[in-house]
Amino acid sequence: MTMTRTTTPGTAPITTRVASDRLRPDVTDRDHSRGPVDAAVTLVEYGDYQCPYCRQAHPLVEMLQQRLGDAGSPFRFVFRNFPLIEIHSRALHAAEAAESVAAHGGEMAFWAMHNAIFEHQRDSAIALSDQNLAKYAVVAGVDETLVARDLKNGVHEPRVRDDFLGGVRSGVNGTPTFFINGVRFDGDWTDADVFARALEDAAAVASGR
Amino acid sequence: MVLPPGLPAPGFSLLASPDHLLSLAELRGRPVILAFYPADWSPECSDQMALYNEVLPEFERLGAQLLGLSVDGVWCHRAFAEDRRLRFPLLADFEPKGEVARRYGAYREGDGTAERALFVIDADGVIRWSYLSSVGVNPGANGILDALESIAAGDAPARLPPQEPAP
Repeated sequence: MTMTRTTTPGTAPITTRVASDRLRPDVTDRDHSRGPVDAAVTLVEYGDYQCPYCRQAHPLVEMLQQRLGDAGSPFRFVFRNFPLIEIHSRALHAAEAAESVAAHGGEMAFWAMHNAIFEHQRDSAIALSDQNLAKYAVVAGVDETLVARDLKNGVHEPRVRDDFLGGVRSGVNGTPTFFINGVRFDGDWTDADVFARALEDAAAVASGR
Repeated sequence: MVLPPGLPAPGFSLLASPDHLLSLAELRGRPVILAFYPADWSPECSDQMALYNEVLPEFERLGAQLLGLSVDGVWCHRAFAEDRRLRFPLLADFEPKGEVARRYGAYREGDGTAERALFVIDADGVIRWSYLSSVGVNPGANGILDALESIAAGDAPARLPPQEPAP
C-alpha cells in the first residue's frame, strides 16, 4: 500500500479508519476464473471491456499465465466487471453480454467471449454494438438471440453493478486495477517483468519461502 | 498536514461556474465530500473525478454532496466537466490561488497545485474523515464511502486529542 496516513504530530493517528485497498468481496464460485483453483496466487482484475488499457492488459495477462505456468508457478486469474459507463458508452452492455454468455454457455464460453470482446474492441466505432456483441456470442458457442434478449431486458445488469460496487469498496481507482492475493497492485503492470515479479513474490509469500 | 477529523470545516465561497458562487455554508445539513485534486485533464480511465462520477449514485444514496476542487479556472473546469460529463460541481480555487486548499492544509507550495486530498464533512460542518493521497495515486472512493456510512450509522465524531499532554 502506497498511501500515506493522516496523523497529528506527537499524537497517535486520529483518523478513525483508513482506506484499505484490499479486495473485499472474496473470490468465490460466482467469479469467472481461469487457471488452477488451488493455485498459490490469485490475480483479480477489475476491468472495462471498452477501456483501451484493459485491452492492452488482456494479452499481457494471458502471456503471464502461460509464462508462470511453464515455470511451475501457475496462478489463477479472475475477471470482474468495472465498466466506466459515463465515459464508455458500450462498456455496460459489453459486460452484460459476457455475463449472458457465461449464464447460457458456462465458463469456457465466458472466456471465449471475454477474448472476443477485447480482440474486437477497436475494429470499428460499432465494434461493441449490441448486434456485434451478439455475434461474438455465437463464436463463443451461445445462441445470439439469447444474448440479444438478455441485453434488451438488462438481465445481467445487477451482476455487473455488484461487481462494480465491490470494486469501489476494494479501492479500485481506475481500469484496469489488479489485486494479487487480495492486495491491490500499484506497481507498473505494463511492464511484464515487474508484473511477473509481483506475482512470483506473492507465490513465495504464500508458500512461506 | 491536511486538517484532521474533529475540526470544523473552514468555510469558503468559490465559483462553481462563471456565474455561480457556491459556499460551503449552503450545504449545511447534509454530508459534503471535498475532493481536492492537482489538475483537470488526467488520463480518463484512471481519473479520480471520472471514477467519482461513476460512484455518484452511491454518494447520493448516502445523502452526500460531492465537490471537486482544484486551482484550475472556471472555464477550464467547464471544458473538463463537459468532456467527461461530470455531474457534480468543480470549484475553482483560482483567486487568490489555492487559498481554500491552503486552509485545509492541502496545497503544494512547490507545484502550485492542490494536493490529492479528501475530506468528508458531516451535516454540522465538522470534518469527519480526511485523507492525503500521493499525488500520483488515485485514492479511489472506499474511504469516502466508509466515512459516509459511519456518519449515517450515527457514530460520534472523533474527538481531537489535547494539543499538550495534561501535566
